Amino acid sequence: MTLKDIRPGEKCIIEGLGKKSALRRRIIDMGLTMGTEIKVKKLAPLGDPIEVTVRGYELSLRMKEASEIRVRKVEA
Amino acid sequence: MSVNIALVGNPNCGKTTLFNELTGSNQYVGNWPGVTVERKSGKVKNAAQEITVTDLPGIYSLSTYSLEEVISREYVESSEADVIVNIVDASNLERNLFLTLQLMEVGKPMVIALNMMDVLKSRHDELDVAALSKELGLPIVGIVAAKGQGINELVDAILLQQNKPTPFKAIYSPKVLSLINKLEKELKIDVSTKMHAIRFIEEGLSATVGHPQDNLSAVKLDEMVEHDLHGMDMDRDMIISDEKYKYITAVSARVMKRSQTDRISMSDRIDAIVTNRILAIPIFMLIMFLVFITAFGPIGSTLKTAFEYLINTLIIGNIATFLISIGVSSWLYSLIIDGMLGGVGSVLGFLPEIAVLFLMLSLLEDSGYMSRAAFIMDRVLRKFGLSGKSFIPMILGFGCTVPALMASRTLENERDRRLTMMITPFMSCGARFPVYAVFAAAFFSNNQAIVVYSMYVLGIVIAVLSGIFLKQFVTQGRMSNFIMELPEYRMPTAKNLVLHTWERVKGFLIKAGTVILIASVVIWLMSNFNFSLRMISDSSQSMIAFIGKAIAPIFTPLGFGEWRASMALVVGLIAKEAVVSTMGVLYGVGKTVADQPSSLIGPLQQVFTPLSAYAFMAFTLLYMPCIAAFATMKREMNSWKWTLITVSYQTGVAWLVAFIIYQGGLLIGLR
Repeated sequence: MTLKDIRPGEKCIIEGLGKKSALRRRIIDMGLTMGTEIKVKKLAPLGDPIEVTVRGYELSLRMKEASEIRVRKVEA
Repeated sequence: MSVNIALVGNPNCGKTTLFNELTGSNQYVGNWPGVTVERKSGKVKNAAQEITVTDLPGIYSLSTYSLEEVISREYVESSEADVIVNIVDASNLERNLFLTLQLMEVGKPMVIALNMMDVLKSRHDELDVAALSKELGLPIVGIVAAKGQGINELVDAILLQQNKPTPFKAIYSPKVLSLINKLEKELKIDVSTKMHAIRFIEEGLSATVGHPQDNLSAVKLDEMVEHDLHGMDMDRDMIISDEKYKYITAVSARVMKRSQTDRISMSDRIDAIVTNRILAIPIFMLIMFLVFITAFGPIGSTLKTAFEYLINTLIIGNIATFLISIGVSSWLYSLIIDGMLGGVGSVLGFLPEIAVLFLMLSLLEDSGYMSRAAFIMDRVLRKFGLSGKSFIPMILGFGCTVPALMASRTLENERDRRLTMMITPFMSCGARFPVYAVFAAAFFSNNQAIVVYSMYVLGIVIAVLSGIFLKQFVTQGRMSNFIMELPEYRMPTAKNLVLHTWERVKGFLIKAGTVILIASVVIWLMSNFNFSLRMISDSSQSMIAFIGKAIAPIFTPLGFGEWRASMALVVGLIAKEAVVSTMGVLYGVGKTVADQPSSLIGPLQQVFTPLSAYAFMAFTLLYMPCIAAFATMKREMNSWKWTLITVSYQTGVAWLVAFIIYQGGLLIGLR
């Protein structure tokens, strides 16, 4: 399961990140490390990108980037 | 002795506000060597010792994927920076502390300015500042930058700390720590520190670039790192950041007491409407409409009328009277009134509208709406080969193309960035507005607003079509991404707004006083003298008429193959508003500009038809941007080839569009 599959309002925990790339480094530096909780807040009006809450702030990323982040869903 | 401090922090943490509070009007803006990233410095007011502050770009990390990060990293490590002042947003502690830990590893004396304590209070969260300070081993000063609180205390702390280097903090796991120690000893670079060792773990051989070294031993060390870290569940580029965040999570849990976990903030409430699925796009359109209606509608035009009265009647009129009263010769009178003041005056008249536009754009930027607009528009812009982040440069392009091109730096992807820079000049900048204003008044007096508005729309349409067309030719670069923070909405402070707007207006004024003034004088000389340098009374015998007549045939198919119009377009390359000032000089209205500012209208009506006027406006909108924008584009693209391709493309498109408008219009019976 990846972050892409999490619906607005749901929470999940990061289990792994995609292949080695500058993008992955950026994602980690923004605080999306293993074990971090992410809440999906909403989709943009046209369905992409998405807005998430992580470490107390709001971040937007595209579905494509979200699909690189492996997660486990947390039941509310 | 003077102290140099480097102001470093995340974007949106209030860094610029703090900089403005520290330095007041004592600022000077320049560029970092070799790049056009703005470098702002200033002297701290009322300090016991001389302190120079340098405001670094807002960054999330000291890594090297964006130009801003590279510049910041180089500066904080350079011998120039004595003390690092790290501004930390208390309401966003965890992510801000990541940069703090990286900065601490540089080892320089360091002070933390903890901002947004008021936001924390309003959320009823509690932060134990003393405990955090003890944990990090650094002085922390609580400030509210927007209200100027805590600034004196911060300055005192900087002076106290200036000779105390920051010791290395062993926050890593034993395995990583022993590797750092080993690397520090064995890394054969000039000054090997723990910071270099950590970079070597993260970046491998590329971390030793720029240091004299023994390549063979570096390769061996690199293999050792791979070997030592083998078996950990992460790659080496992730481990350091991951362990930093582990430490931050632990510290934050100790020092921060949160009142609720899932609070609904003011930003959430605003976003519930502003980025709402159905409302977002209509609201976005409405905001854009309001920006333009404020700048160019009743408010802007009232200010403009008052300002034109001030310039034309009070200033130029009185100078004219004065010149006559002291009996200057007629050529000197003409040079000053028609050449210099007429040219500059016709451009300055638009200052109020441009200032209001700049103010509105600053308001959108400072409030946090710009990133929402990027979020809303990303999907649409991607269809045109762009990114949501391209949106910010494009909107700024309505103000001035130069800062807009610079703003494209926030795009990390080379391809997105290049494409954004190629189409941003199609956004109609403030300098092009005077041209539309004059022509709309002369030929479309009943529909002025619609005609002017249509130019802005035309620019956007051409930009979009160009995106679709060009994306096939612009080479694919690094993977595009849209990792972007959506900062909390903030009420922009008046001080910041004024400073921000003033900086941009100042640029416009300087241009009017220098480039436009010189251009006006040159045009005046060329239009009043012939090639034998004899002053002539009939400007159709002048040097400029000769040149204008030579190039006019290019524009004949577009409906304005007239030498004065052609020459105005050439001079417009110096600055687009010069199209109007040149016409002012060439059509000889400078003489009457004092009593009748709209006097260009009569002469224009004799040369243009409404159709050719419209084609002329479209050409002015689309053809290559002014010299300043051209130079910026060259520096930002760092490629002559792409810069020349871009301006040729723009001029070609301008000719084609004007051709279609004029010939198409003739075909359907317009004139």
